Amino acid sequence: MAKTLVWVEHDNASVKDATLAVVTAASQLGAVHLLVAGSGCAAVADQAAKIAGVGKVYLADDAALKDALAENVAPLIASLMADHDAFVAPATSHGKNVAPRVAALLDVMQISDILSVEDPKTFTRPTYAGNAIATVQSSDAKLVITVRGTAFAKAATEGGSGSVEAVAGAGDAGLSSFLGAEIAKSERPELTSAKIIVSGGRALKDGPTFEATIFPLADKLGAAVGASRAAVDAGYVSNDYQVGQTGKIVAPEVYIAVGISGAIQHLAGMKDSKTIIAINKDEDAPIFQVADVGLVADLFSAVPELNDKL
Amino acid sequence: MKILVPVKRVIDYNVKPRVKMDGTGVDLANVKMSMNPFDEIAVEEAIRLKEKGVATEIVAVSVGPQKAQETLRTALAMGADRAILVQTDDEVEPLTVAKILKAIADEETPGLVILGKQAIDDDCNQTGQMLAALMGRPQGTFASKIEVSGDSVAVTREVDGGLETVKLALPAIVTTDLRLNEPRYASLPNIMKAKSKPLATKAPVDYGVDTAPRLKTLKVSEPPVRSAGIKVADVDALVAKLKELGVA
Repeated sequence: MAKTLVWVEHDNASVKDATLAVVTAASQLGAVHLLVAGSGCAAVADQAAKIAGVGKVYLADDAALKDALAENVAPLIASLMADHDAFVAPATSHGKNVAPRVAALLDVMQISDILSVEDPKTFTRPTYAGNAIATVQSSDAKLVITVRGTAFAKAATEGGSGSVEAVAGAGDAGLSSFLGAEIAKSERPELTSAKIIVSGGRALKDGPTFEATIFPLADKLGAAVGASRAAVDAGYVSNDYQVGQTGKIVAPEVYIAVGISGAIQHLAGMKDSKTIIAINKDEDAPIFQVADVGLVADLFSAVPELNDKL
Repeated sequence: MKILVPVKRVIDYNVKPRVKMDGTGVDLANVKMSMNPFDEIAVEEAIRLKEKGVATEIVAVSVGPQKAQETLRTALAMGADRAILVQTDDEVEPLTVAKILKAIADEETPGLVILGKQAIDDDCNQTGQMLAALMGRPQGTFASKIEVSGDSVAVTREVDGGLETVKLALPAIVTTDLRLNEPRYASLPNIMKAKSKPLATKAPVDYGVDTAPRLKTLKVSEPPVRSAGIKVADVDALVAKLKELGVA
């Protein structure tokens, strides 16, 4: 039976949700082994071992792995791949950073952002910003894959009984160092795992107006906040809010698009949402072509009214 | 310091791609082609580094068909100094391109290689990271800010949770994200001048790289279509819908 090695996305304290869909995808290829690479991350490995369907959990606990620098992580993964048939990572900023580096070290052509496993060598993946779905078959002996999280069900976080095995890191390659991060702190749900998302576009005028209009509605619904690229480029909110082809790919139960016209690149990031609701004053806006429920109205009156009536 | 900027000729980002009826790919016949937008950002960043006196020479490279010359001329018109076309009509995968770029980097010894984070046709997001691995050098992917000082470069990266900054020893590989800069338009005099800038034509075999693909595309299809739903008359009707959906 084929053995897969799954990259566990974590913050050295707990397993991130993105990991769970990857476990599901990997289980369609073979036995699921996990890699927890970090520093002071033993608790993460214990938590990961409980994910349903997990066999072994490799724990590489090393100061050089703390910030998941690709230069230090990739050689470790490449060495573990001697005993595995596929490396599978989430298509998150971590996964997208590390996986191709691993692929090149193994002389493997990576398959990015898969939507389905057709057979152990054949996958579907989006191209042209989701306008064309390609079915591709690999001829490489080993596989390196990133997984689109919204395309696979999440594995259960309980029920597994994997064994944790410590492995040594490859040390510090001495090529790079971590200087710092500005990670947005928010009480709201994470965009990629939220059940409801309220997203704002360029029509929100400026940062304070965006906050005053979108945030109260999101908080009333217990929703995450998203934004179109236009709103992020205009500086209303920071890049971590961006939904779209080059931002985050989301598929919540309900996506509420406020003042978003619906550029192709935005639609690529949210069109798998279960229900799409659009509020826009331009009745010809492309967003209405994908929306299940549309309201043609001026958002500056409609959103406060909606907020009052909910 | 020399900067190497790989650029790719792709379908223009304003054109809606159409899947061919026979399911073999996307129809590119008579479709406007342009430089990959992320690569334009890479060219612009290299030019800004040259304007600041950090870089001394900018070499643009493209791996692709003869027509990729046009893409290289665009880079030259923006401000690159010379160009190399590695000409092939084969469909080249990121791993192949990374191997060719590695061989070129060995010859050119750039201090920085700046690439777009992904091409808008295959959406792979791999070439820069693969090149970094093959060169055994550090990578700063999805950059929104680049600051060179001495023998290192600080790269601010757009990551899922916000921003993070890494310090990389030079030579380094950087891939661009959207907000790194706004690329300039080439002026007419510069477009004219670009025609006389040096453009060398090579072949993959010159670099000893086999272009045989590892992935076989079995089929290309349209994504499932979402059909438009209903329009509601007012906020009250929308509230009722939200209640039906169980969100309010």
